Amino acid sequence: MEVPILKQGRYLIATIQAALSDEDLLHLRRALLERVIQFRSRGVIVDVTALDVMDSFATRTLRDITYMIRLRGADTVIVGIQPEVAFAMVQLGLTLEGVATALDLEEGLAHLERRARSSS
Amino acid sequence: MVNKKPASVPQPPSTQSTELLRELVAHLSEHRTQLREEWASRITEAQLLTAMTKDEIFAEATSVYDNYVEALATGTLEALQSYSRNLSERIIPRGVETHEVVGIVLLLRDVLARSLFAKYQGDFTKLNRILDAYEPAANRIANTVAVGFVQERERVIRQQQEAIRELSTPVLQVRERLLILPIIGVIDPQRARQLTEQLLRGIRTNRAKVVVIDITGVAAMDATVANHLVQTVEASRLLGATVIVTGLSPEIALTIVNIGVDLGKMNTVGDLQGGIEQAERLLGYKVIPVEEATAAA
Repeated sequence: MEVPILKQGRYLIATIQAALSDEDLLHLRRALLERVIQFRSRGVIVDVTALDVMDSFATRTLRDITYMIRLRGADTVIVGIQPEVAFAMVQLGLTLEGVATALDLEEGLAHLERRARSSS
Repeated sequence: MVNKKPASVPQPPSTQSTELLRELVAHLSEHRTQLREEWASRITEAQLLTAMTKDEIFAEATSVYDNYVEALATGTLEALQSYSRNLSERIIPRGVETHEVVGIVLLLRDVLARSLFAKYQGDFTKLNRILDAYEPAANRIANTVAVGFVQERERVIRQQQEAIRELSTPVLQVRERLLILPIIGVIDPQRARQLTEQLLRGIRTNRAKVVVIDITGVAAMDATVANHLVQTVEASRLLGATVIVTGLSPEIALTIVNIGVDLGKMNTVGDLQGGIEQAERLLGYKVIPVEEATAAA
């Protein structure tokens, strides 16, 4: 199932709406990179509120997306990780090292705004 | 708690010993007043049940005695079982110890056996047969009362453990988007787990950005729990909240260093005050005395 990517000003918002297969994740990675280049976006928000499971492949892909987007000079924030999911991830050692996280979409946007202000 | 097995004294197979038991019960009923008094005075002598007054001891002794004789007569322990549960419920809050309860029941067994000795001292064979009937039943009764007491005690302990667990983990909001989680007492793995769950839920419902976990009240923790604390910090970060840990005792600091936690991931401040101040800075608050504020305005 494809993840819709919305453009909101200088930011992109990708809301994952259901559990994704590995293929879907790779597709999301490619699509996000393309859009960042296409729209010259400053930041990307990936909303995972709807996910009640995050396996190691999903975690790694999200981390890769963040690193790749950073190489394009943009920031990525993962938002909406559920408390249970967060705890399970940590127990599995999937801590999303070096990846910014925020409570929800609003917080994620605020985070990107702050980053934009501090770098300009 | 409730013993599900049908409680009964195994009836001796021969009618003869049933007969003996009946004779025994008749003897005990007949000398009820005297034996009961003797028992009560033995209890006082042995300094058992010191938490209770003499009158109370006598009143309880009477009902235990009657229940005891009834159990001997009918051969069923159900009435005695429920009585001993009821008794335990009443006396446990007053600080009566297990050894006292076992002690008084054994004393009663003793007092009754002695009266049997006195009664049948002329007829040794008969005394033997009487004791054959009496002792197994008496042992079973003593057992029932002791087990009832211990079960009641365990029930109380379980109940208290649950109450403590519920009370002990408040997640408090001290400022918009700032939570504090004061932890006091011993943290076992189960409590650590519960703390984490409550904190993560609290972060979500209060939309917290910063959490101060204060462990001044925790004297020591083992490696498992320390690891759990670190995991809690990381899980909170995944929800977008920063955690500041305050009040680490030297022992806990040593544990954390020993398990090799990357301290870069943990934000620690000496005490709760410092932690809250740092949290306020992170949230962009600045606390100034009223006078300075009015002077500046």
